[in-house]
Amino acid sequence: MRFLLVEDNLSLAAAILDRLRLDGHVVDHAENISVAEEFVVTADYDLILLDIMLPDGDGRTFLKTQRDHLSETPVIVLTARSEVSDRVGVLDLGADDYLTKPFDFAELEARCRAVLRRRGGRPSNQKRIGALIFDPLSGVLEVAGVDVPLRNKELRLLEIFLAAPDQIFSKARLVDRLFSYDEEVSENAIEVYVARLRKKISGSGVEIQTVRGLGYRMRTQ
Amino acid sequence: MSDSLRISGSIRRRLTIQLVGSAAVLATLLFLIVQTFTRDLAEETHDRILLASATSIMDAISVRAGDVTVDLPYAALSMLSNVSDDRVFYRVMLGAETLTGYDDLPVPEPGSRETGARFDTLVYKGETVRMATTVRWLSRNGVSTPLIISVAQTRTGQTERLAALTRTALLLGAGFFAVAVLLAVWTAQSSIRPLRQLAGMVSRRGPTDLRPVTRPVPAEMAPLVRSLNSFIDRLGLSLSRSEDFIAEAAHRVRTPLATVRTQAENTLHRIERPENRTALREMIRAIDESSRAAGQLLDHAMVSFRTDSLERKPFDLAELTAELVNRLRPVADLKDIDLELEMTGAHAMAGDPILVQNAVRNLLDNAIKYAPEETRITVSVRGDAAAHTLCIRDAAGGFPEDEMGSLTERFVRGRNAEGTVGSGLGLTIAREVAEAHGGRLEIANTKDGTGACVCLHFPSA
Amino acid sequence: MRLSALSLCLTLWAAVACAFEVEEHARFGPAEARVLRILSTTDIDILRPLIDSFLRSRPGVAVDYTAASSAQVMQGIVTENARFDLVLSSAMDLQIKLANDGFTRPHRSAWTPLVPDWGNWRDHVFAFSQETASVVLSRAAFAGEEPPRTRQDLIDLLRRDPERFQGRVGTYDVTVSGLGYLFATQDARTAESYWRLMEVLGGLQVRLYCCSGEMIEAVAEGRIDLAYNVLGSYARARTDLAERILVVEPEEYTNMMMRTAVILGEAAEPDLAGAFVDHLIAAAWSDPPAPDYPFLDPPETARPVGASLRPIALGPGLLVFLDRLKRQRFLEEWRNAVQQQ
Repeated sequence: MRFLLVEDNLSLAAAILDRLRLDGHVVDHAENISVAEEFVVTADYDLILLDIMLPDGDGRTFLKTQRDHLSETPVIVLTARSEVSDRVGVLDLGADDYLTKPFDFAELEARCRAVLRRRGGRPSNQKRIGALIFDPLSGVLEVAGVDVPLRNKELRLLEIFLAAPDQIFSKARLVDRLFSYDEEVSENAIEVYVARLRKKISGSGVEIQTVRGLGYRMRTQ
Repeated sequence: MSDSLRISGSIRRRLTIQLVGSAAVLATLLFLIVQTFTRDLAEETHDRILLASATSIMDAISVRAGDVTVDLPYAALSMLSNVSDDRVFYRVMLGAETLTGYDDLPVPEPGSRETGARFDTLVYKGETVRMATTVRWLSRNGVSTPLIISVAQTRTGQTERLAALTRTALLLGAGFFAVAVLLAVWTAQSSIRPLRQLAGMVSRRGPTDLRPVTRPVPAEMAPLVRSLNSFIDRLGLSLSRSEDFIAEAAHRVRTPLATVRTQAENTLHRIERPENRTALREMIRAIDESSRAAGQLLDHAMVSFRTDSLERKPFDLAELTAELVNRLRPVADLKDIDLELEMTGAHAMAGDPILVQNAVRNLLDNAIKYAPEETRITVSVRGDAAAHTLCIRDAAGGFPEDEMGSLTERFVRGRNAEGTVGSGLGLTIAREVAEAHGGRLEIANTKDGTGACVCLHFPSA
Repeated sequence: MRLSALSLCLTLWAAVACAFEVEEHARFGPAEARVLRILSTTDIDILRPLIDSFLRSRPGVAVDYTAASSAQVMQGIVTENARFDLVLSSAMDLQIKLANDGFTRPHRSAWTPLVPDWGNWRDHVFAFSQETASVVLSRAAFAGEEPPRTRQDLIDLLRRDPERFQGRVGTYDVTVSGLGYLFATQDARTAESYWRLMEVLGGLQVRLYCCSGEMIEAVAEGRIDLAYNVLGSYARARTDLAERILVVEPEEYTNMMMRTAVILGEAAEPDLAGAFVDHLIAAAWSDPPAPDYPFLDPPETARPVGASLRPIALGPGLLVFLDRLKRQRFLEEWRNAVQQQ
């Protein structure tokens, strides 16, 4: 997906860019509103992550301009302010959602997905391997023409594997991605979800292999 | 605050008393003037009639063959009865000889060649009389002799009439005073009306209405209103500084935390050594805890700030809850937690929706945070004519019974929350918001003991 | 004459200081009692019913009633200090003089407001009757003839036929009668015609009388044909003579005399005197007047159409004709008019 991050704090921006690119997204970064306005004219973004306090103005001004120009690009506001403050009111100005800094990337992903799903998204993002078709937006998995319901963690696990087929993911890494850091989860917990997912995709010609001592990978049979 | 206000007198009372006092002085003056005037007028009228009577007698004097005689005209005495039913005396003297009338009426001795009229007040036959005397000089046998005519009348009628006039003057003064008192009350009332209007206008204002007073006021009140406006201005500035400070503090604390957290998370993805990974995870958890603590502290500051001057406006508790549940659903999904919403319809109440939203969000945050994976959290909104009740039921095992009372104190966290990030302010915030709205927070464990049930009760609008 | 009257008084009532001519004297009520002494110009018989009704409700009270001429009344009170409580008189001028000169005391009670303002002078003098100064004609003498309606009619009639009325007309001797003097002065003050009438009467050798009663009887008995300025009330009261006399109120104006009561300043029984005055007021001014009230005059039916009744004003104006010089001059003029020889 293609993101535009509008954030003036360079180190935070760098960290976020790093992380989003790590997940395979294309991300542009604007340090202020004027640069951001240039970006939105030249490129088409799936989603904009917008900071509120910016050097050349208030993020809400940008948000309002966007909505006044009938831009449909979903916007998630990243705010460092107290959530209590009525000053934010960003949802009223047309933001799709907001997150308070600092945030968990899992939550950011979840919110992005929720926003895109709500907006209807674009069908081109469907992934296909063997007889398995997966729409990450709607979270719908189709195995051999049959819809298979997925729970959230199964869905996210599938996404991780689909993003990099044949790549081996260690249990620890998968725990990092699936569970929040405040939970004390043993690595074995991941086996439960892998087992569930295997069951759901069986018959699709795609399998999740256990690579002993290293972790798991997804590959076509 | 109002207890410390010391009341010293009342402008209206002082104004009324002063006006009434002036009215009393003026009424007394009016009375005295009218009385003096009428008395003078009555005396003057009386004198004129007495003189007219004496003159008419003088006109009836005739000298026949050297004999002076008088044909007393009927009108001379009857005209006096037009003034009052008073006793009448007269005496006509030629030199020392009484021609006719009352021999013993004391007539003043005329100076030589004195003519014209004179008036005397004297006592005759046991009563005070007013007497007019007129003199004419006749030449008798070559000797100039005064012809003296005196007419006197008692003053009973005049006294009575004066008493009546005094009563009238008294009534006039009293009437003037009564009208003046009414006017004084009205004047006092109307002159403090702008003051009352200003007081009413300011006290009717909402707690956050910090606009200056712009409506026109009398010149005398301008300094007060100017000071008031300047005070409002400073108050507004100070309030917005407080808000700005909280927002700024949040920004300053959270942005670097966000940077550190994101970098830590990124690093975690790149390193493999378990010791390092554990250390990083610890770090992320510490960051989460501190950011959450900071968030709740700031939330709490903002909540305290807003509950101090609670502004009530109507909103729908059901709609607010539904929106919040939808916003938190992605977070719950991460743990495969079912967020179930039970409500029947709109629940109109009056209050600060931002505060209520914050309270409910804190409770829901807690519930999601502490609930195990793949469980269910039920949010219900119910209500009757008296109150709205919002309950959040989870399956997180419930609170330890012995801690129930202290859970809503600041920074107290349940033992069951050990190992989960959180500062423990969430319940406190929820309780304070509920109490600020005249409601309460209720904490209980579900009957089957599998979880907790936290309820917010708000009185209906 | 005064001396003889004095001696008479001394011999009759040694205790009472009275040195004037008394016409009548009577005592009503028990012997041992508080005595109300009334000096009056009214005949005893006329007031008897009122005195009786007064005493009926007051056991232990007696009334000592002395009747005298008005001039004698004045003299008795002013000059000789006769001791009375109450003076009832038809001589309004003398009553006013008594009050004006301080011989009376004021009286106020629940009854005094009944008296009209013109009948009450200073709460000292109270009117209790209104009686006309009328012309009394002999019905026999005027049979088949239109009686005169005005003074001018009377003058014309007398002038037309002097032989017929020679010595057959009468009026008050104003030098003797206080009431006659009052009527005469009021006439003289009111109309020029009075002096013409007096001259006509003088030319007819008018007979002069001391009292109304005598004039009425003279007319009734045919000694004279008409009498001028007779008390209408007396004439009408003589119902026994109604067949023989005709009472006429002159139409242009008719003087009305008021009988008045004054309480003397030195009254020994001022309360009783006040009570009697109230009794008179109640009898006279109640509507209708009390049945024992004797001065029902002029009765509505007796009033000729168009008669303008003029009550003589109570007030200091009446003092004018009591002025020594004025009286002297008036009597002189009157004598000149009446006694033409």
